[in-house]
Amino acid sequence: MTSALINVPAKAKRGDVIEIKTLMSHIMETGYRHTAAGEVVPRDIITSFACRFNGAEIFRADLFPAIAANPFITFFTTATESGKFEFEWVGDQGFSETASASITVE
Amino acid sequence: MQEPADTSRRQFLGLAGGAAVLGAIPVVTVRPAEATPAMLASAIQNVTGGAAVRTGKVKLDIPPLVENGNTVPMTVTVAHPMAPEDHVRSIHVFNEKNPQPNIGNFYLGPHNGRAQVSTRIRLADSQKIVAIAKLSDGSFWSVSVDVVVTLAACTEDVI
Amino acid sequence: MRFSGAIAVALLIANAAFAAEIPQAERRSGYSFMKPDTRAMQDEDTANPGMLWVLDGEALWKRKLGAANKACADCHDDGRTSMKGVAARYPAFDHAAGRPVDLEQRINSCRSNHQQATPLPFESRELLALTAFVARQSQGAAIETGGDPQLAPFVAKGRELYTQRQGQLNLACANCHDDNWDKKLAGSAITQGHPTGYPLYRLEWQSLGSLQRRLRACMSGIRAQAYDYGAPELVELELYLMSRARGMAMEAPAVRP
Repeated sequence: MTSALINVPAKAKRGDVIEIKTLMSHIMETGYRHTAAGEVVPRDIITSFACRFNGAEIFRADLFPAIAANPFITFFTTATESGKFEFEWVGDQGFSETASASITVE
Repeated sequence: MQEPADTSRRQFLGLAGGAAVLGAIPVVTVRPAEATPAMLASAIQNVTGGAAVRTGKVKLDIPPLVENGNTVPMTVTVAHPMAPEDHVRSIHVFNEKNPQPNIGNFYLGPHNGRAQVSTRIRLADSQKIVAIAKLSDGSFWSVSVDVVVTLAACTEDVI
Repeated sequence: MRFSGAIAVALLIANAAFAAEIPQAERRSGYSFMKPDTRAMQDEDTANPGMLWVLDGEALWKRKLGAANKACADCHDDGRTSMKGVAARYPAFDHAAGRPVDLEQRINSCRSNHQQATPLPFESRELLALTAFVARQSQGAAIETGGDPQLAPFVAKGRELYTQRQGQLNLACANCHDDNWDKKLAGSAITQGHPTGYPLYRLEWQSLGSLQRRLRACMSGIRAQAYDYGAPELVELELYLMSRARGMAMEAPAVRP
């Protein structure tokens, strides 16, 4: 049951610099924890996050175990035209999730 | 009147509590080997390739005394234009005492309008956080901040 | 282990056969003890990790399951309307059981009785999601728990549990949360212990968790044997805590260190 929470303004004026906020459900298991029996709990993290706007990449991040669980990532972008943001999270154990949000720019 | 709990019983209580929770693996938090200042230096080197790093332009917003080391809000900002011919290319954040020196790398371009990224990080101990910005002209700028991390008063052994 | 000897001794010396209850006008939510960064996490829905569980819960609400192949929505329609104010009056008296039940137990009894599905384990993602979704519908509502006269003996039991010293450290809940709130314990603020935001996202857990989980953690912290999930004592404690917070506004899912 993976969910993402995205905060993108529905509308903006051309030239506005807007903040995009994303929150993805993920345990971000560091790979440094041990069970009581002494075995390592294997690493299971999101390793990469990317955002595309109308197909072109506008932001990318490499994530490490030091990023807290349920990664919250925000960044800025200039509103140039109406269109669609596409977000992608990729990680260990074949983790791959996407989300999208639209914006109207006048 | 409760019986005094010895250490093995405490672990048993932890496991017993854990068994009720999703059949999850009982986990003990063993403090892993810490990163060293040398690891931090070499991680920075990987990014800068040995080029000079100047102090300035970069600002790290982290609470000086964190509420909980497991989730620490952090904002890194670079006071620099984001114009096509002159902008921030990437921001790299490092730490001194977590098991690993890297925290995150963030890749930007002129369309971002502002070189500012926020996220939430984990800090294992009181330590120094370093942020390095790479500009489009190939120069590197940095800032470092000392953060105090205390352990939570009542911790559970098991997830 | 984490309690310095000095604090423990000071609290042991603190007399008070009865802990002084906090006057109504001085009651404060745990939110007010948090640093601004933590409060900011709770303030915005898209920044609050607890909301991820609320979203999951909303999806689960509509899912048909069990031998009866029914969804919560089949009886309760849109949870956003039908569940308004519900969490603000839990734990509530359950006639079949003849005693109070908390929200998690109520959800599970609905699952067994009406959906013919197996109850969800305590602290499972699904149960937390459903509880978070239901609790969220009471956002801003004043807590009303405990008014029912049938609950009186159980509220009294809860109060007894709250004020009794226990564990290796021989502390009662009241010693910290009635007598020493706003002071610090190992760098963290001691709150008044009002459960206005449960289930909540605890930074220490990096997950959403229930009030029972928090109570069990506190009990382990004072080196007492924590009651099992679902134990009547935990429900009585929840009941006492919620009725002690009567009139305060619900804020689930909250964010706390």
